[in-house]
Amino acid sequence: MNLHEYQAKQLLAQYGVAVPAGDVCSTPEAARTIAENLLSRGATLLAVKSQIHAGGRGKGTFNTGFQGGVKLCKTADDVFEKARAMLGNVLVTKQTGPEGRLVSKLLIAVAPHIHKELYLAVLLDRASSRPVLMASTEGGMDIEEVAARTPEKILKETIDPAVGLMPYQARKLAAGLGLQGDLIGQAVKLLSGVYKAWWESDAALLEINPLCIVTAGDAKQGLLAVDAKLSLDDNGLERHPDLLAMRDLAEESPLEVEASKFSLNYIKLEGDIACLVNGAGLAMATMDIIQHFGGRPANFLDVGGGASKEQVSAAFKIILQDPNVRGILVNIFGGIMDCNVIATGIVAAVKETGLKLPLVVRLEGNNVEAGKKTLAESGLTIIGGTSMADAAQKVVRAVAAGSKP
Amino acid sequence: MAILVNPKTRLLIQGITGAFGTRHTQLSLAYGTQVVAGVTPGKGGQLFENKVPIFDTVAEAVRQTGATASAIFVRPAFAADAILEGVDAGLDLVVCITEGIPVNDMVRVKRAMEGKKTRLVGPNCPGVVTPGEGKDSTGGCRIGIAPGYIHKKGNIGVVSRSGTLTYEAVWQLTCRGVGQSTCVGIGGDPVNGSSHLDVIKMFNDDPETHGIIMIGEIGGSAEEDAAEWIQRHCQKPVAGFIAGATAPPGRRMGHAGAIVSGGKGTAAAKIAAFKAAGIGVAPTPSEMAETLLKMMGR
Repeated sequence: MNLHEYQAKQLLAQYGVAVPAGDVCSTPEAARTIAENLLSRGATLLAVKSQIHAGGRGKGTFNTGFQGGVKLCKTADDVFEKARAMLGNVLVTKQTGPEGRLVSKLLIAVAPHIHKELYLAVLLDRASSRPVLMASTEGGMDIEEVAARTPEKILKETIDPAVGLMPYQARKLAAGLGLQGDLIGQAVKLLSGVYKAWWESDAALLEINPLCIVTAGDAKQGLLAVDAKLSLDDNGLERHPDLLAMRDLAEESPLEVEASKFSLNYIKLEGDIACLVNGAGLAMATMDIIQHFGGRPANFLDVGGGASKEQVSAAFKIILQDPNVRGILVNIFGGIMDCNVIATGIVAAVKETGLKLPLVVRLEGNNVEAGKKTLAESGLTIIGGTSMADAAQKVVRAVAAGSKP
Repeated sequence: MAILVNPKTRLLIQGITGAFGTRHTQLSLAYGTQVVAGVTPGKGGQLFENKVPIFDTVAEAVRQTGATASAIFVRPAFAADAILEGVDAGLDLVVCITEGIPVNDMVRVKRAMEGKKTRLVGPNCPGVVTPGEGKDSTGGCRIGIAPGYIHKKGNIGVVSRSGTLTYEAVWQLTCRGVGQSTCVGIGGDPVNGSSHLDVIKMFNDDPETHGIIMIGEIGGSAEEDAAEWIQRHCQKPVAGFIAGATAPPGRRMGHAGAIVSGGKGTAAAKIAAFKAAGIGVAPTPSEMAETLLKMMGR
């Protein structure tokens, strides 16, 4: 689960990490009020930032033609105008895909005077099974590009989970970032807050890009988290009801939300051959074999190890809501699960949905003969597959035949 | 020989009285596995199915029954505790079936297990099977949730992150009359107890294993690490398959660990590493057994 920038910043602030003053709103009028408030407290420049779960907002374009999902303004009137241009419209960035995302919330925040931009992230290092703190002097850039071109500019500190981030590690990173004097102490405080926020919220990734050295009103330099991205470990959500309450369903694909209600793991893809499989590994492999034989998978769908008749039926309804689907491949290796239960579920779902598309079913495993008999005696046109390869070739052929004029 | 477990292995089940634990304990008993104890706190003194004694703690179960391995079927929130209880009781092997354990719990578990003798397999895995000599491979050791009957006793080792893809490979072998020494599902989580490489090393040292099928998937670099070692040290033919060539980057494909992030962990990179190491790459998941058997001249 991902959080919005404003939610991530609220969390960081609770851990003593300095973030620009600001507030979130969903109407241009509220945006103006926040702006007036911030300007009256001495701010001279404000940022109006679209809150969507995707990067590249600043360079994005709205469906109205309005350029930029992040704008700088000097007056409350300007904030009002920019908010009116953004709210209720769809923002397309390089990460959203062509369909874009509806902007329904804006963060109005003080735009500080930035002296230098840095990069900071906490994530899991899978190789060592430990958390790692990553920092770079190349803030505000695409960090993957920095890592590829100048790997020496990425600093890393692996953290021993038994003791957490030690101050010396934070000082090492601060020195590596070229921080001096007062900023070193500030960095130690900030880094320990950032690490603690990551660990205690069961986060998968916490990224602050840019982390800025700013000049405050008293001409003193300080560190400020100007942008923040937080992804949470879905397995940890059960113990964080406060974070779970921040879930924004509008940011998720409606079909994926629907699937999750039936404990189905569904991910929509771009192709036209839908698949329904038990097990994540087999589901990925089924997508791969469709592509191997010249087809394009329309989705990933794992019905899990103990799928019921109801789940199979729900799965059919979900994959059929994708208008691109022109054929279906069911691939079940029913180790423990009864193939006849699956077969009965398929027959019921086909009848219920009035399916007209070609359907190839490959069943293997426990009670498979009864399952095949149920399919054969259903009176439905169901193409049987003897192996994964056979089934994949048959569905690819059936879809190709169906698309001929 | 086989690896990790054999038909004599004395197994205890943590979470034996839950629905999931009960079902799979029954199946393991039917397979002929030596299930000698169950653990459910508060139910000590009772009997499971009138034959397997239940204890309140793993330590007590080990003391009374001499169990050396355990299978964990407890809820995700209690799994880290269950694993470390098994470690504390001095078990040789803990196999954690539970799916959905918070990653940071596993980070702490791994740290706490450093220097301990217990080997962990999983979590989020189908378990370990060493097939037996009986009908439908009964008489073997089945720890976890794999269907026993698809196996056949023999000389191919199978290691995989995915459950159903393991069954697929095992079934392809069995249908060709080729048996397995041991089949190990290491699980689909980003932090797990045993890696592909850990298992490959055991297969390499096992005289009963003559060839290996290694199944990987997108995410992390465990397959690359194993491939590098295989190239230098493995004396047995290895064939493999990597799932997820068609997975979109940045999306978690069912398994918590199956994600291409920051351009890392792609199927293409893993397949290239396999090829560079002389591992036979099955062009499709339907040809895993065939690819290995060809390499072995069968």
